[in-house]
Amino acid sequence: MHEPEHHDHDHHGHEHESSTLSPLELRVRALETVLTQKGYVDPAALDVLIDTYQTKVGPRNGAQVIARAWCDVEFRRRLLEDATAAINSMGFVGRQGEHMVAVENTPEVHNMVVCTLCSCYPWPVLGLPPTWYKSAPYRARAVKDPRGVLKDFGVQLPESVRIRIWDSTAEVRYLVLPRRPAGTEHLSESQLAELVTRDSMIGTGLPLAPGGAPASRISA
Amino acid sequence: MNYHSYADLGGQDVREAVRPEPEGELFHAAWEPRVLALTLAMGATGLWNIDTSRAARETLPRYGELSYYQIWLAGLEKLLVQSGAAQADELAQGRRLHEAVPVAQVLHAGQVAATLARGAPTARAATRAARFTLGQWVRTRDAAPPHHTRLPGYTRGKRGVIERVLGTHVFADTHAQGQGEQPQWLYTVAFDEQELWGTHTPRQQCTVSVDAWEPYLEPA
Repeated sequence: MHEPEHHDHDHHGHEHESSTLSPLELRVRALETVLTQKGYVDPAALDVLIDTYQTKVGPRNGAQVIARAWCDVEFRRRLLEDATAAINSMGFVGRQGEHMVAVENTPEVHNMVVCTLCSCYPWPVLGLPPTWYKSAPYRARAVKDPRGVLKDFGVQLPESVRIRIWDSTAEVRYLVLPRRPAGTEHLSESQLAELVTRDSMIGTGLPLAPGGAPASRISA
Repeated sequence: MNYHSYADLGGQDVREAVRPEPEGELFHAAWEPRVLALTLAMGATGLWNIDTSRAARETLPRYGELSYYQIWLAGLEKLLVQSGAAQADELAQGRRLHEAVPVAQVLHAGQVAATLARGAPTARAATRAARFTLGQWVRTRDAAPPHHTRLPGYTRGKRGVIERVLGTHVFADTHAQGQGEQPQWLYTVAFDEQELWGTHTPRQQCTVSVDAWEPYLEPA
């Protein structure tokens, strides 16, 4: 991955580097210049937006929510009853998380979230969606071949576990509450948060076992 | 009027595997975060709404060949031209050639955090009673309407059960067409896999739901 460049908008000496820029890079620069010149965007705001989703808002937020739900019965109840309020109470609010629903994995049911129509995803708790979440294979297959998709993630669930797919077609965003891994009774809330993977909150993965290994692949 | 969405991928015959990626991997080229930020910043101007922008993206004829940030880039260029905010010659030359159009707001760096935190909630006060109740059987609309809609093709004309009543929300279909919010009751409708895919597809022990606005549904 490349580091995003910092553009110097008062400087016009781009010629020497233009030769090495891809057509897409040039097209995006042209777009940004037009929108800045026309006064529609503040270039400093663009940098803040990027920094927000690169360093501040990401799946570690959601991991804190899950860890708290594992430790605090009352919070877990609120999360399942009114996820928006419970998540907001931890300071995670706003864009693409205005209306949240948390769905709980049990020994009988495994939840998995997809947006077959675009890329709807709960940004305040998970950040930006990964490329695969927006890709045709995931969006096409999650609703028809969920066990095949899980296999792509190295997850195999017993036949006895029913799979529940949530296609987020409106403005409600879904967060999976995975099962707490076995042998974690002694761990603190922040240690538990480290076991919560992004994929386990989408439902394409499971939390890590203590020590960092993937949790048992058959114990759902 | 013909309307075709190239984004309605659920259940399509895609064989390719899903390729998982590590958590921190958000972008694959330096221009991608710029497109993300430009899209969010232009969203704040009020020149269009989220449903208009989804409509602009899903009708890109090259949708299937483009990466997701390429879709966002092409969608943003299309919205700019459609709204008159920028013209094709400006995008091609990368500089302002025409007067700017008035915008409701320019997002400045200092406002980013508050604007993201506010988000854009779509829940509205109900003005009439919900037509359907929890546990009721419904059938989804069969025909594809000639405009943006959020009922995926794979769930058209299918029998499902109301699993959650989600309140009254801005109706994407009218909102995308510039016909206002016209809030409608929104429901989670769950379908058995055999209802969706028939009896010839190998069973996955799976239930799939979508969130559907009331006009998509009839009693079954």
